[in-house]
Amino acid sequence: MVELTVREALRDAMAEEMRSDADVFLMGEEVAEYQGAYKVSQGLLEEFGARRVIDTPITEAGFAGIGIGAAMAGLKPIVEFMTFNFAMQAIDQIVNSAAKTNYMSGGLVNVPIVFRGPNGAASRVAAQHSQCYAAWYAHVPGLKVVAPFSAADAKGLLKAAIRDPNPVIFLENEILYGQSFDVPDSADHIVPIGSANVVRPGSDVTITTFSIMVGKALEAAEALAGEGIDAEIIDLRSIRPLDTETIITSVEKTNRLITVEEGWPTAGIGAEISATVTERAFDFLDAPVLRVGGSDVPLPYAANLETLALPQAETIADAARKLCR
Amino acid sequence: MAGAKKKSKTTKSGVKQGGKAAVSRETLETYYREMLMIRRFEEKAGQMYGMGLIGGFCHLYIGQEAVVTGLQHALEPGDSVITGYRCHAHMLAAGADPRAVMAELTGRADGVSKGKGGSMHMFTPEGGFYGGHGIVGAQAPLGAGFGFANKYRANDRVSVTYFGDGAANQGQVFEAFNMAALWKLPVIFVIENNHYAMGTSVTRSTAIQELCQRGEAFGIPGQQVDGMDVLAVQAASEKAVAQCRADEGPVLLEMMTYRYRGHSMSDPAKYRTREEVSKVRQERDPIEHVRDMLVAAGHADDDSLREVDKAVKAEVNDAAEFAQNNQAPDAAELFTDIMAEA
Amino acid sequence: MPINVLMPALSPTMTEGNIVGWMKKEGDTVSSGDLLCEIETDKATMEIEAVDDGTLGKIVTPDGMENVPVNAVIGVILEEGEDAAALDNWEIPEAVAVEAIEVQIPVAASAAVSAPAATAVAPAPAPAPVAAAPAANPGGRIFASPLARRMAEQSGLNLASITGSGPKGRIVKVDIEAALAGGTAPAATAAPAPAAVPLAAIGPYEDLQTSKMRKVIAQRLQEAKQTVPHFYLTIDCEIDALLKVRKELNGRSDDYKLSVNDFVVRASALSLRKVPECNASWINDGIRQYSGVDISVAVAIDDGLVTPILRNADHKGLAALSEEMKELAGRARAKPMGLMPEEYQGGTFSISNLGMFGIKEFAAIINPPQSMILAVGAGEQRPVVKDGALAVATMMSCTLSVDHRVVDGAAGAKFLGAFKGLIEDPLSMLL
Repeated sequence: MVELTVREALRDAMAEEMRSDADVFLMGEEVAEYQGAYKVSQGLLEEFGARRVIDTPITEAGFAGIGIGAAMAGLKPIVEFMTFNFAMQAIDQIVNSAAKTNYMSGGLVNVPIVFRGPNGAASRVAAQHSQCYAAWYAHVPGLKVVAPFSAADAKGLLKAAIRDPNPVIFLENEILYGQSFDVPDSADHIVPIGSANVVRPGSDVTITTFSIMVGKALEAAEALAGEGIDAEIIDLRSIRPLDTETIITSVEKTNRLITVEEGWPTAGIGAEISATVTERAFDFLDAPVLRVGGSDVPLPYAANLETLALPQAETIADAARKLCR
Repeated sequence: MAGAKKKSKTTKSGVKQGGKAAVSRETLETYYREMLMIRRFEEKAGQMYGMGLIGGFCHLYIGQEAVVTGLQHALEPGDSVITGYRCHAHMLAAGADPRAVMAELTGRADGVSKGKGGSMHMFTPEGGFYGGHGIVGAQAPLGAGFGFANKYRANDRVSVTYFGDGAANQGQVFEAFNMAALWKLPVIFVIENNHYAMGTSVTRSTAIQELCQRGEAFGIPGQQVDGMDVLAVQAASEKAVAQCRADEGPVLLEMMTYRYRGHSMSDPAKYRTREEVSKVRQERDPIEHVRDMLVAAGHADDDSLREVDKAVKAEVNDAAEFAQNNQAPDAAELFTDIMAEA
Repeated sequence: MPINVLMPALSPTMTEGNIVGWMKKEGDTVSSGDLLCEIETDKATMEIEAVDDGTLGKIVTPDGMENVPVNAVIGVILEEGEDAAALDNWEIPEAVAVEAIEVQIPVAASAAVSAPAATAVAPAPAPAPVAAAPAANPGGRIFASPLARRMAEQSGLNLASITGSGPKGRIVKVDIEAALAGGTAPAATAAPAPAAVPLAAIGPYEDLQTSKMRKVIAQRLQEAKQTVPHFYLTIDCEIDALLKVRKELNGRSDDYKLSVNDFVVRASALSLRKVPECNASWINDGIRQYSGVDISVAVAIDDGLVTPILRNADHKGLAALSEEMKELAGRARAKPMGLMPEEYQGGTFSISNLGMFGIKEFAAIINPPQSMILAVGAGEQRPVVKDGALAVATMMSCTLSVDHRVVDGAAGAKFLGAFKGLIEDPLSMLL
């Protein structure tokens, strides 16, 4: 094990894959000479040169499309969006060109590409720069969607994403970039897409969550433990495909479920999990499923309003108390 | 990748270097047969649509045959082609089996996309053709991406990226122009200017109507070509291909062409006069043009051409027959090909 | 051969068009791409181009003709070398029917059932949501719906003493109601509860007016199910050969269009003749065996069903049965219902076919005084083992409900065996 920040883990994943596969390259705004707007691609230009680490103009639809075309031609592009907010400019290419082509061509043309970048709220950047896109992309057959929390998962999942023959949406989090975790010290460390991880076992209530909210949920669990409520925390890691087996198994044990996400709850990941559990584990529920999500508002700028709008550890703990009472 | 510095040159005059004398009988015969194949195929598709055998949208290529035919003959294996939804002819030009193309139109099991793509989404990577894309203009960056892959691999292959006069106004097209020029990607952007974006004529949609000038701001040389003359198309295409192979960066060709039918099957085409259509048909038809050349040169007469027509018709009828009788996709196909297998 | 010019569908929704005018007249030369005529759809006026070369031999639908159905012949083009004489004895063909592709909707593979969210990685046919039935019952958990729990709590019932009738043994509302009606003793601790949970307590409702027919159905079927000792026999028939024969027969003539059900009727009739002890009724402590084979076929109509009878069905051929059935069903569905009582009362045997709804198999309630009813499921492709190897065959499951007072298991099985033999070797029923 080595201790790495999420930022370093992501960089190492890309570097290792680029070393072992000459078809892998990185393109995006400020990824090369600037070393990454969030310094995720630090050092890659020096090692791999301008042919494989490519600064693009500010033209998301254009370079997403070029990446997809290159993937159809057999390369394995990693396309970085400075943040996923800007990927809305390119969402037509991602959904219509990347996700659907394998199906529309009857399997003749696949699109091995990774779209990555920070997703969700950062700090005080307000509505247009603070949105979680997990539910948007999870809606689309033909895409895989992952959103890691720890550095180990960030590295293992990114390597899996680069090797995947399908388009993968890789949702990072700016606030997590600087956090450190233990990471297996091996180039073979891969986390398969589609498997969730029980990060804290518990017996009273299941909490499913992903990305930065895993930390908040763990914090909530600590508080709850002092009150005699033993929460089981599932880090989904993969949003599509969703590891329903792990969720169902947990609900069969705890009989209660809270879903936590930073994004809006309407038609969100929690809504999807709630429906799935109702369909498949109805008889194991002792209480209605509760969704904890961001407030149903565009994210405000003011510090206090921003804090109120996003789920906090206390919000999650409160939901658990309500459910276990 | 280094930035390109080049003064754009836009040529407006139609290409004269077609050099009729230099064209062999064999070439002319090939063009005639291939263009006729496209036309008869599309007429049959239109007829089958009318019978309810083809559903959804169906955009026919009738009138524009010289463009794809002439261009394809300038290409070599390893080059790639991509276009929008008016793609049946591009499939045939890339060597796809007419049966499989027609069966895709009827939505059957042996269609090129197993019946899951339909008229607008067809691919034959074997022939270098990568779709068949339904969102107007989205293929421009995709085509640039193929050019990018060629550059990345340092092969001398080119990417031909077709779009129409309507798509020429999409923002993505300019984004693709910019990066293709910036990185000197071997891309031939081909605007098939058939004068109407669905029902809106170029004059009503476009501030500067010389679409061949569209690349100038990016340093992309443009050329207007008589898209009804297969020899002119072929000559201009060969020049463009040579430029791309020589790593001189992208090229823009504006093919002046015309579609005889409506935008899609349900378009009554009331935005233009019947006289306009019949004038083009009578005076500029691309197939008649080659036919005249063949006859004038003594290479063919009515009888020999009728034989060609018969053979083409037989092939089209065979495809139609196959496409009508082929079975519908198995229900289990609903859930295949969503994801590629590792 | 003269080439028909058809009224085209110019949009997926167009069903007919008007002829605005012809641009060519009879005798004119036409070649591919020439404008033939102008037609008017509900949305627009469009020009029709010729797709073939030749001479316009005949205009079938003249200028101004309205409401010409899609695919009707509007004109005829004579090929090169043909003259008008080719049309001397020519009759206007019917609109060319384009065979629609039948869509059978299997229960698990359609989009309507909650689509599996996680098929992204395993693009196998959708696992049905029910596949995740809990294998065990951890901690002796009692499965009861939230409503049932609340009702049990309010009426002081102990859930552990109630057997659930819902999916996976779940205790649901009706189980609580049954327990209350059956006088399951409330637990000793029960608080004074309302005598019965009033239905009104469950939620807003509306009592519907019911027809006389609905009341008759309710009364007769309740009586049948409660007084006739039913038992059930199910058999799977491979129908690939039948489908082939059917297709071939249907291809021979436009005078009839045989359905799978017509074969089922014929096979049933012949089997009853072969196993006459099944063609019988329980009459006041005795058995009455019928000499004629009269088959009742259930037809769904608004607000119920009716069973028109194919009399002496064992003496009728497929085409005759088919035609008679169509005619009876047509009148059955008419409003008001156009059948005379003798056309639907009586009969010695019934058939109920829900195959067209995609039902795989089901068990029907006997239609007294008859002693058997055959419930026919959908023909569907299934994996089968043939000679030790896995193969695909189109299978149809049929379940026979039998009145045990009249017919024993062996006789019922004999009937089904004969039936299966005919269905799987359809040529034998032509004898």
